[in-house]
Amino acid sequence: MALTHMSIAEARDALKAKKISSAELTGAHLDAMAKTRGLNAFVTETPERARADAARADAALAKGAGGALEGIPLGIKDLFCTEGVLTTAGSHILDGFKPPYESTVSAKLWQAGAIMLGKLNMDEFAMGSSNMTSHHGPVKNPWRRKGGNADLVPGGSSGGSAAAVAARSVMGATATDTGGSIRQPAAFTGTVGIKPTYGRCSRWGIVAFASSLDQAGPIARTVMDSAIMLQAMSGYDPKDSTSADLAVPNFEAAVERGVKGLKIGVPREYRIDGTPKEIQDLWEQGIAWLKDAGATPVEITLPHTKYALPVYYVIAPAEASSNLARYDGVRFGLRVPGKTLDEMYENTRAAGFGAEVRRRILIGTYVLSAGYYDAYYLRAQRVRTLIARDFTEAYKTVDAILTPATPSAAFAVGEKMDDPIAMYLNDVFTVPSSLAGLPGISVPGGLTADGLPLGLQVLGRAFDEETVFAVGRALERAANFTATPGGMA
Amino acid sequence: MSALIKGETGEWEVIIGLEIHAQVISKAKLFSGAATAFGAEPNTQVSTVDAGFPGMLPVINGYCVEQAVKTGLGINGTVNPHSVFDRKNYFYADLPQGYQISQYQQPIVSGGSVLLDMPDGTTRTIGVTRLHMEQDAGKSLHDQHPSQSYIDLNRSGVALMEIVSEPDMRTAEEAGLYIKKLRSIMRYLGTCDGNMEEGSLRCDCNVSVRKPGGELGTRTETKNVNSVRYVMQAIEYEARRQVEVIEGGGTIKQETRLFDPGKGTTRAMRSKEHAHDYRYFPDPDLLPLEIEPAWIEGLRKGLPELPDERKARYIADYKLTPYDAGVLVAEQETAQFYETVAKGRDPKLASNWVTTELFGVLNRQRKAIQDSPVTAKALGGLIDLVSDGTINGRIAKEVFEAMVETGKEAAAIVEEKGLRQVSDTGAIEKAIAEVMAKNQDKVAEYRSGKEKLLGFFVGQTMKATGGKANPGVVNELLKKMLAP
Repeated sequence: MALTHMSIAEARDALKAKKISSAELTGAHLDAMAKTRGLNAFVTETPERARADAARADAALAKGAGGALEGIPLGIKDLFCTEGVLTTAGSHILDGFKPPYESTVSAKLWQAGAIMLGKLNMDEFAMGSSNMTSHHGPVKNPWRRKGGNADLVPGGSSGGSAAAVAARSVMGATATDTGGSIRQPAAFTGTVGIKPTYGRCSRWGIVAFASSLDQAGPIARTVMDSAIMLQAMSGYDPKDSTSADLAVPNFEAAVERGVKGLKIGVPREYRIDGTPKEIQDLWEQGIAWLKDAGATPVEITLPHTKYALPVYYVIAPAEASSNLARYDGVRFGLRVPGKTLDEMYENTRAAGFGAEVRRRILIGTYVLSAGYYDAYYLRAQRVRTLIARDFTEAYKTVDAILTPATPSAAFAVGEKMDDPIAMYLNDVFTVPSSLAGLPGISVPGGLTADGLPLGLQVLGRAFDEETVFAVGRALERAANFTATPGGMA
Repeated sequence: MSALIKGETGEWEVIIGLEIHAQVISKAKLFSGAATAFGAEPNTQVSTVDAGFPGMLPVINGYCVEQAVKTGLGINGTVNPHSVFDRKNYFYADLPQGYQISQYQQPIVSGGSVLLDMPDGTTRTIGVTRLHMEQDAGKSLHDQHPSQSYIDLNRSGVALMEIVSEPDMRTAEEAGLYIKKLRSIMRYLGTCDGNMEEGSLRCDCNVSVRKPGGELGTRTETKNVNSVRYVMQAIEYEARRQVEVIEGGGTIKQETRLFDPGKGTTRAMRSKEHAHDYRYFPDPDLLPLEIEPAWIEGLRKGLPELPDERKARYIADYKLTPYDAGVLVAEQETAQFYETVAKGRDPKLASNWVTTELFGVLNRQRKAIQDSPVTAKALGGLIDLVSDGTINGRIAKEVFEAMVETGKEAAAIVEEKGLRQVSDTGAIEKAIAEVMAKNQDKVAEYRSGKEKLLGFFVGQTMKATGGKANPGVVNELLKKMLAP
């Protein structure tokens, strides 16, 4: 088997058994990275560091030592601060920014022995669902429509992560999800992405978009690989006041636990008019698969679902408008001079932020302004509480919830760009659980008629990623998704 | 002092409320582990959190919370078991995050009061609206470069307590007393060193005027005044200015003003300087601050004796006047000094020595009581010599000056200079006989009824004995020997 086609679990075993070396494995992925450069998935490539780290990993493995991801080559979303390595968050305003610190999540991966191949492209400040907003240019999806040659988007904001994983240039990648930024690109690229419960992974060292929603997670090619990665990424961090001081369960052990006896909620409100029949059908198929595996589908109601997107597009921009105030040209990144301090701010921020980021800063500033705060921000927070309560009620009767991951398959580069609302609708199935802080996984379920992957989403209770993995694995097993993209290395 | 000021149209009442920003005594900042020591080289006490670097997160410093709770208890406030940190958003070069983490709608302490010790011995209660925690900004240095400003972030993130008073004060003097009392309480608690020169206590003054009993006037806020004297000046200037404006047919604008210490005046800030919509919202990086009531009670039990309690004790146990007691307890060091002096001695005598002789020397030498040239033990020794009759009160003052000069013990000076009081009647009788011999005319006058002359003879006798004679014995013997 080609080294770049192995799963993390397979490679890990082969490395331990010394059937392969990390040098070979890393080298194969560096080659793949070079071959797929046309996808624009990477902002920064770090081949020298990767080779050096692979040598160190091999030395550790030779001694029978090494961590859970020893020698496994990964990509890191450019939102994670990496010590001494350019970190731009997909934005012009962080030009030349090399953090003097390493994010907790990436540090944990290095501690587990993983190898960094480079930093992955993304929507600017994680704001977007298509990777079109990156200052470094759009990422192309390695998938194309059957018979078509239009470049498709990989989804966003973790589009570089998803594209690289799908293209086999990395074995797995870190990603972040604020309203669907892990799950939607995973669905668009036929990969597996899990957003864990808010608080499961430390946010320390991750460039903030919307602090009450941002959460790190992995994108990989199998449910098992995503469990292995999340295991290494998770855990309480005293440097993040919102990280949960809870023991991390053995995710890997949960993957093959099965779904027998589980009650799976099917939310009525997710049957949205205008959703393509293929997606409705896949959802029905998913329900049937889980039933066959021994679970019981239960229709549930999540009555405040329709408010989730508007609530999200008040809260996330509000937090972003404040989080992005620090990019002022004073201490790091871009500075465009001006005659006065205010003019320097204006010049720097006008040149440094792209249109979508500017739009969200404006929305966020507006909803927090005197006279509008109560009507927008405060009301949105109240409705957010109701949305979370919907899930709490549902989980009194069900163990997990099954929904489509996205309302469509990947669309073409340039599409929906003139209509931000159409773009925001991409996250209609992922946003409610983000607002509630709940874990969700996207697992490839099948292909559209024109050959594009579609994802199914499994949501779980807070801090019950184990059930999410188990249900995700049952779907993965039943779907037996083996299709691969044309744009693969 | 009248609480009212006179204008052309009659009397005006001044309404004053103060917002005090008190720097919390803590080795580390409010949300980062960086150090807080004053006077360090610029930008040497700055973490990546304080500098607002991407991905950095605040973590609350529990010790600062403890300090704020203690302060809240010290001003009789209610400590809220649930409080929230908010972001106050505005752009400025010395505000690295683009927002200040503060507490807005749900502060850590609500309500409270501060008792003012008025010079006439009475007290006045000033209400406290709230105490909340917030982080300080950095410092902009505008005088280091012709066209650019320098930024020092050492102060960025340092913990402050903002203590907001009710508009209960009516004179600049009361405002001064309020700051001093609050500072005294915080120093007793060890929660703020109150050092205004180093900026660890800053004050915003809200001032308005009205006709006595009338509707409240529009207030102005004079920001960042950094000494008690300046606060009093700013209030007096501002009150007079407002009266003049109103009496001249104008109206007061609600505005932020700046104090000019050179001129003793205030001026309006440019409107751009304060046209802020701070867009407060709860900081999503921080969980609400939940405080266990049991923990609060534990801190309450551990509070030291505070100035008001100590003053009450001095009045009750030492029978001091409220004024003297107030003066002695204002600073913990003074109170401790006094108590050492008073221990086992006449407390009133001890009070007189501390508040008159010692304070006189300290004022003259511009020294704090901790640096007093005469220790409490030494001063006690001096008082002992007076009490046991070794020296008299007049000589004691001379001995005290010598103690200040030389740092020696009172007993040593008395021995050295031979200042021991003479109570030996033989020696005194001899001295009196000599005085009488030299002043026979006065003796005759006295004997013919001019008894007022006794004082003259006392003085002459004391002089003749080098001041060392026991004044009681002198009196007694003089009366006997002068008797016709």
